[in-house]
Amino acid sequence: MNGKNDKWGFHTEKSNLITLDSNDRSLVNILAEQVPSLNSCFFCGSCGATCTASDDGMNFRLVHLLLRRGELQTVNKIIRSCLLCGKCTLVCPRNVDTRAVIYNLKILIHELH
Amino acid sequence: MNFTEHPAFVFPFVVGMLFIFIYLPVIYVTWLRKNSLADFKTILRSIFTTNTLKAVREIFSECLLHRRIFRYNIRLGYMHMSLAFGWFLLIVVGKIETMVFTHDGFNPPYLPVFFKYFYPSGIPDTFKGRFFLMIMDLLLILVLSGLFLAFLKRFRSRVLGMKRTTKHIFPDRIALTFLWFIFPLRWFAESVTAGIAGSGGFFTLGSGRALASFLPLEDLLLPSWWAYSIVLGGFFFALPFSRYMHIFTEVVLIFLKYWNLATPERQNAYADFEINACSRCGICTNVCQLSADAGITHSQAVYFLRDLRYGTPERPVLENCFLCGRCSQACPVEIGIDQLRIAGRKRMMNAIAPAAEMRPVVSANGEKVDVLYFAGCMSHLTPGIIDATREILTRAGIRFSVLDDREEVCCGRPARQAGFADQARSIIARTTALINRSGASLLLVTCPICYKVFNEEYDLPIPVEHHTVFLNRLMTERPSLFRKSSLRMSYHDPCDLGRGSGIYEQPRSIIRRTGVLVSAAHEREDALCCGGSLANLAITPRQRTLVTDSAYQMLTAGNPDYVVTSCPLCKKTFAAGKREIPVADIAEIARMMLQPEEILHPEKAGEAELESEGQEICQ
Ligand code: SF4
Ligand code: SF4
Ligand code: SF4
Ligand code: SF4
Ligand code: SF4
Repeated sequence: MNGKNDKWGFHTEKSNLITLDSNDRSLVNILAEQVPSLNSCFFCGSCGATCTASDDGMNFRLVHLLLRRGELQTVNKIIRSCLLCGKCTLVCPRNVDTRAVIYNLKILIHELH
Repeated sequence: MNFTEHPAFVFPFVVGMLFIFIYLPVIYVTWLRKNSLADFKTILRSIFTTNTLKAVREIFSECLLHRRIFRYNIRLGYMHMSLAFGWFLLIVVGKIETMVFTHDGFNPPYLPVFFKYFYPSGIPDTFKGRFFLMIMDLLLILVLSGLFLAFLKRFRSRVLGMKRTTKHIFPDRIALTFLWFIFPLRWFAESVTAGIAGSGGFFTLGSGRALASFLPLEDLLLPSWWAYSIVLGGFFFALPFSRYMHIFTEVVLIFLKYWNLATPERQNAYADFEINACSRCGICTNVCQLSADAGITHSQAVYFLRDLRYGTPERPVLENCFLCGRCSQACPVEIGIDQLRIAGRKRMMNAIAPAAEMRPVVSANGEKVDVLYFAGCMSHLTPGIIDATREILTRAGIRFSVLDDREEVCCGRPARQAGFADQARSIIARTTALINRSGASLLLVTCPICYKVFNEEYDLPIPVEHHTVFLNRLMTERPSLFRKSSLRMSYHDPCDLGRGSGIYEQPRSIIRRTGVLVSAAHEREDALCCGGSLANLAITPRQRTLVTDSAYQMLTAGNPDYVVTSCPLCKKTFAAGKREIPVADIAEIARMMLQPEEILHPEKAGEAELESEGQEICQ
C-alpha cells in the first residue's frame, strides 16, 4: 500500500483502473448505430437476472457496461456462452434488443480480429 | 416455297436453341457433381420405383398446369398455366403437325416453329389441314391471353391477387422483354403470311386480312419472321441468366425430390436446383408479414433466393426473417426456403462463433419418474404455463419431474436458427445427456420451439410430446378430470407447432372439449406469425410490434373471451402491450377447466393442497 490512498483506507486495483479518456469506445458506438435501442438501457440488470447462461458468467448488463468501458477482452470471453435464447430481450423494461446486440457484437469482434 | 431452302431467318432461333441444349446439361451436371456417393445411391434406390411416375405426374400438374398457383389465385393460375401449357402444346402439336405432313419424325427442329412460313395453308389435306390450323390458332390465343394477364400484372397486380410484384433485376428485364414479344410477333408473322396466301387458321387469317387492308404485307413477310426468330433466340440466350431458368430446372427438381435427395442441411445439388427453380412468381412476398405489416421488402424468400443464386446474400437479407414458414407453405415450387436460409446463416456464422464449452452434466440422483417435463427458457418467462402444467400433472396423479427447474438448460434451437451450428450441437449434446439420465419414459414440452428441435435434431430413446398432444390424450383417457364451459376462444397456431410440426387438431380438440372454438381469418397452414420469432435477427422492436398487433387483430375479430395459443413465446409476444382480450396458453385453459376436487373425490376435499405440496418436495 502506498500513496494517498492509504490515508483514506482504500486503494484502487490496477486491473480495474479505467481511464475513461483513453478507452476504446468505438465498438459500442458502432453497436448503438446498428441497434439503436441499446442507448435506452438504464442498467437495471433484469437481463442478467433472467439469463439462461448466467451460470456460465453471461450477463448482458455487465457486457454492456464493459463495452462502455472498452474492456473488450473480457467481453469477448463472456459472450461466448450466450445461447441467443432471447430471454433477456423479452424481459427488458426498456425494449433494448439485447439479443441483436450480442449477435452483432459477435460479428464485430470477429471482424476486428 | 420449300423448307429445304433453309431461309436465313431461322438461324437466330437455331443458335439460341443449340445454346440452351448445350448449356443446361453442362450446368446441371456441374451441380449434380456436388452430390456425395451416398446421395447418388439414394437416387439410384428410388429411380426405378413408382416415385418416378409420381414425379412425372407432378411435373405435369405443377410445371404445366400450375395447380398450386390456381389454388392461390385463379387468374394468376390461369396466367401461368396458359403461358406454360399453351406454349408446351404449341411445341408438341406443332411437332405432330409437321410429322403428319412430312411423314418423318426427324424433320428440322425449326420446321414446326416456322411451319406457317413454309406452308401458310398448312397440310394440304382438307380435314387434317383444317384441324391443325384451328388447333394451332386456338393455342396461340390461349398463350396470348396469358400474356395479356402477365402484362396486366405489371400494372394492375391486384387483379391477379398480388398486392406486390417482384422487383426485377437486369437479366430478368431482358428475358421478359423478349418473352413479351415472342407471341405477338408470332401472331403478326403468321397473320402476314396468311394475309398474303389468302388462307390459314380462322384467327391468323382474320387478322391477316385486316392487316392487308392497310399494310404492304409482301414487304413485311421476311422482316416479321426475322423478328420472331430473333426474339426467340434472344430469349433462349437470356433464359439461363434470368428467372426463366426455372422452366427446365423445376422439372429436374421434381425428379430429385421424388428420388429423395432433399436433406435439411442442403449440402448437395438439391440446393442448387431449388435456388434456380424459383420462378420469382412473388407469391412469397405476398404472404410475408414483414412486407404486409412492417414495411420490410428486401429480405423475402424471392430476394434471398435471388441473391443466393447470383452470389452470397448480404446480412440484412439473411437475417431479416422470422423463419415462420409462411412462404415455404405458399411456394408453388415447394422450395425449402427456411432450410436454405439456415444453411446460409450457418455458412456465415460458424467461423465467427466457435462453440462455447458447456458445463458438464452433474451426476444423477433423481427419483424415478414417468414424465420428464422440460419447460424451456420461454416457459420460464411465462410461469403461469409451468404452474398450470404442474397442477394438471399432479391432479392426474402422474409422477413427474421438471428437467430445467433451475433454468439453465436450453434446447439449442435459437442458436441453430441464428446459424451457430457448432454451438447448437454442443448444447444439444449436453441436454441429451440430462434427459437420458432421468430414466423417464416420456419427455413433455410446453414450448413448440423446443418440441421441433427435439424431434428434428435430437436422438432420444424416449418419445417427445408437446403439451397440446399430451393434454388432449389426457382428456380422452380421463374425461371426468375436466369440465366444459361456455368460454369462447380463438386459437393461434404457433409457427413451429403448426407449419413446423403439423399439429393443428389436438389444440382445437382441447378447446372444443372445454369451451367454444371461434374461428379466425388465418388458421392452420395459413396461420400468421406472432411476430416474436427469435429467428429474426434484424427486425426492430417497433417493426415487431406492427406484425404482432396486426396478427392479434385477426385473432380477436370474432370477439372471443380468450385468445389461446400453445407457445410461451407467442403468449408473451401477444400479451405485451394493452390487450382488451386476454391471451392464455392452452395449459392454463386446461387448468381452469379442471373439475373441482370436491366433485371428483368428495371425501378427499381439502387434501389437495397437501398432495401437491408433497409433489413439490419430490422435485
Ligand atoms: S434489462 Fe434492458 S435496460 Fe435493464 S440492463 Fe438489461 S438491457 Fe439494460
Ligand atoms: S440471449 Fe444470451 S444473454 Fe440473453 S438471456 Fe439468453 S443466454 Fe442470456
Ligand atoms: S420462392 Fe417460391 S413463392 Fe417465392 S418467388 Fe420463388 S417460386 Fe415464387
Ligand atoms: S419465413 Fe416468414 S418472415 Fe421469412 S420470408 Fe418467409 S414469410 Fe417472410
Ligand atoms: S426453444 Fe427457446 S424457448 Fe424453448 S427452451 Fe429452447 S431456447 Fe427456450
